[in-house]
Amino acid sequence: MLRGPGEAAFVLRPLGALTALYHRPSATTHLLAPPAPEILRALAGGEMTEAALLAALARDYDLADPDPAALAARVEELVAAGLVERA
Amino acid sequence: MRHATSRRIGPIGFRIGSDWRAPVALLDALYADYPVPTVADATVRLTATRPWRRRVRPAIALGGDLMLPDAAPLPLEHGLLAAEMAMNLQVALGHRRHLLLHAAAAERDGRCVILTGESGAGKSTLSALLMAAGWRFLGDEFVLIDLASGMARPFPRLVSLKNESVAELARRMPGARFGPVLQGTPKGTIRHLVPDARAVAAMDVPATPALLLFPRFGAARAVRRVDEGEAFVRLTQASTNYALLGEAGFDALTRLVTRVPARAIDYADSDEGVTLVEDLWCAL
Amino acid sequence: MRAIERLTELLAHPTGPVPDDAWTALLCVARAEQLSGALAHRLAGVAVPAPVAPLLAEARGAAAEQRRAALFEAEMARRALAPLGVPVLLLKGTAYVAAGLSAGRGRAIGDLDVLVPREALGAVEAALRAAGWRDVKDDGYDDAYYRRWMHELPPLVHPARDRLIDVHHTILPPTARIAPDAAALVAGAVPLRDGLFVLSPEDMVVHAALHLLADGDLAGGLRNLFDIDRLLREFADADEDFWLKLTARVAEHGAGAPVARAARLAHALFGTPVPGEWRAPAPGDGVFRRRLLARDDWGREDRAATRLAFYVRSHAIRMPPALLARHLAIKGWKRWRGRRGKDRARS
Repeated sequence: MLRGPGEAAFVLRPLGALTALYHRPSATTHLLAPPAPEILRALAGGEMTEAALLAALARDYDLADPDPAALAARVEELVAAGLVERA
Repeated sequence: MRHATSRRIGPIGFRIGSDWRAPVALLDALYADYPVPTVADATVRLTATRPWRRRVRPAIALGGDLMLPDAAPLPLEHGLLAAEMAMNLQVALGHRRHLLLHAAAAERDGRCVILTGESGAGKSTLSALLMAAGWRFLGDEFVLIDLASGMARPFPRLVSLKNESVAELARRMPGARFGPVLQGTPKGTIRHLVPDARAVAAMDVPATPALLLFPRFGAARAVRRVDEGEAFVRLTQASTNYALLGEAGFDALTRLVTRVPARAIDYADSDEGVTLVEDLWCAL
Repeated sequence: MRAIERLTELLAHPTGPVPDDAWTALLCVARAEQLSGALAHRLAGVAVPAPVAPLLAEARGAAAEQRRAALFEAEMARRALAPLGVPVLLLKGTAYVAAGLSAGRGRAIGDLDVLVPREALGAVEAALRAAGWRDVKDDGYDDAYYRRWMHELPPLVHPARDRLIDVHHTILPPTARIAPDAAALVAGAVPLRDGLFVLSPEDMVVHAALHLLADGDLAGGLRNLFDIDRLLREFADADEDFWLKLTARVAEHGAGAPVARAARLAHALFGTPVPGEWRAPAPGDGVFRRRLLARDDWGREDRAATRLAFYVRSHAIRMPPALLARHLAIKGWKRWRGRRGKDRARS
């Protein structure tokens, strides 16, 4: 299962093609490229499996070419940054 | 401490103590028109590296509320530089009431241009020349972004001119007041220029950021648009306290880069640099 | 009055009068003692001169960010260690803020200190390394020294967050004369909501007292003593039997002398309410008091002779004499070699 920060735990602000993220628990700033902001928005609703996340992204964000390996790599980056927890 | 003085530069009050009279006397002379703070934010200490080094080959250890463990001592002749370095350090690492940008800035009609870049990009020289051209000088080292309003607050400390700029500015600003020429410092030849009376008198008057420039000295004239993401990354790197401010810093910086146009500029000499700034300003 | 004395008085009685021209030195000294956040919290709501208010607000903001960073670092350690199923106890500043204690209010917090059962050290180290923590420096002697003689792993750093973690298995080096009962510390631990633990109130006071008086040269000790003041006040308010429990616990750890001295010093400097039988003055208290207040109005350490005496003492109480000689000799040799290396690099 993947657990992301709740809606109150982060702020997203678009900066041109990128999105600036402020993560309140860690007080850290990250500059995200798609689909990282979409992953965080999807997880803000509650924990889900990677398969469910992939389905949600394809449904809500019209994610072109949903590639599970690429998505897993993005998720892994978010886990390493402490933004997403594997539980 | 044997010798001491206090001065306020913009919103920051300093208390400076010294084992020697000379650096304090020089500060008092050059900062004569600056107000004395009722309470100092930061304390700076210029002390002998060893008790006997007060008289024998006097060497100044930089000290204060915040210190770098490996800061090299400076000879007494460079006492003014020592004081300025120690004061800058307190601001860079200690000040949290504003978002600090390592930048120069100048104001016209209530709005300001912010010039940020590494040492050697020409921030000090360009801001001094803009002052000579009638702009209000806001600072050559730090620009303080108000966390609530996003306005730029001046920090008009002495302008630190280096190497070729020392002679150039002396030639171009014959009426200005300068400190002593400091030769053989770790940064080469340094001379401090006292900001003009207008800059000092208006040190509590903020300006609205209107143009962000990332200058590079020495290349042929070129202007490149900098997008919001790149400006954001560059400014987080140019800020000494961004990470310490938490969400307030994030809000202030994202607001700055989304509201203010940003350009990277290359210029071959300082005249061209000033012209470029004026051209971009008029095109706003 | 020295600014450092005014600082202790104001921490104890925040509404006490402060002359307008005393604030600069007061704030400078508070910064140097890592007490500016605590002072700013004590002065919240107290009328201060206009130029002082923003400086206090700034100090509170800085402390809030340190608190946030400390709690996040604890959370990252929890995530890394949760699969091991061993109790992880937060210590010192992180424990105070995680447990919501008044000692955590405005407190400066640096490294993350945790305590784990000794037999879990290897697994804990491996799990931290797998989660990205790395050695601070590669130095065979210091590494062996930490593992063999100190009560912790060599410090590890998380490069992405630039934060240190110190993993302890007890609260004093095994070489020290006092040997607290480490198993009892773990057995008595109090769970927090998220699966981490803190020491029991009595053990927290024992640890703070040993940290202040039996483990170091008292540099920065005023902050640690203020922790003790806050802890004693809060625990005694919450539990009328606290002092009885503390007396019993102190005996179990064999830590009577340092805990009693810490309580007397807290009473003397911060007016901490301490029962009469704990308050009988003992020889030496005055020297400790001099050491704790060894800072001038410009924020510099003074009273060099007193400080030197405590520096020598700090090594003597941590190690038997032969071991101390070996340690200082190796340290000295390494320093000399290091300097020669630098000279070579410069020439």
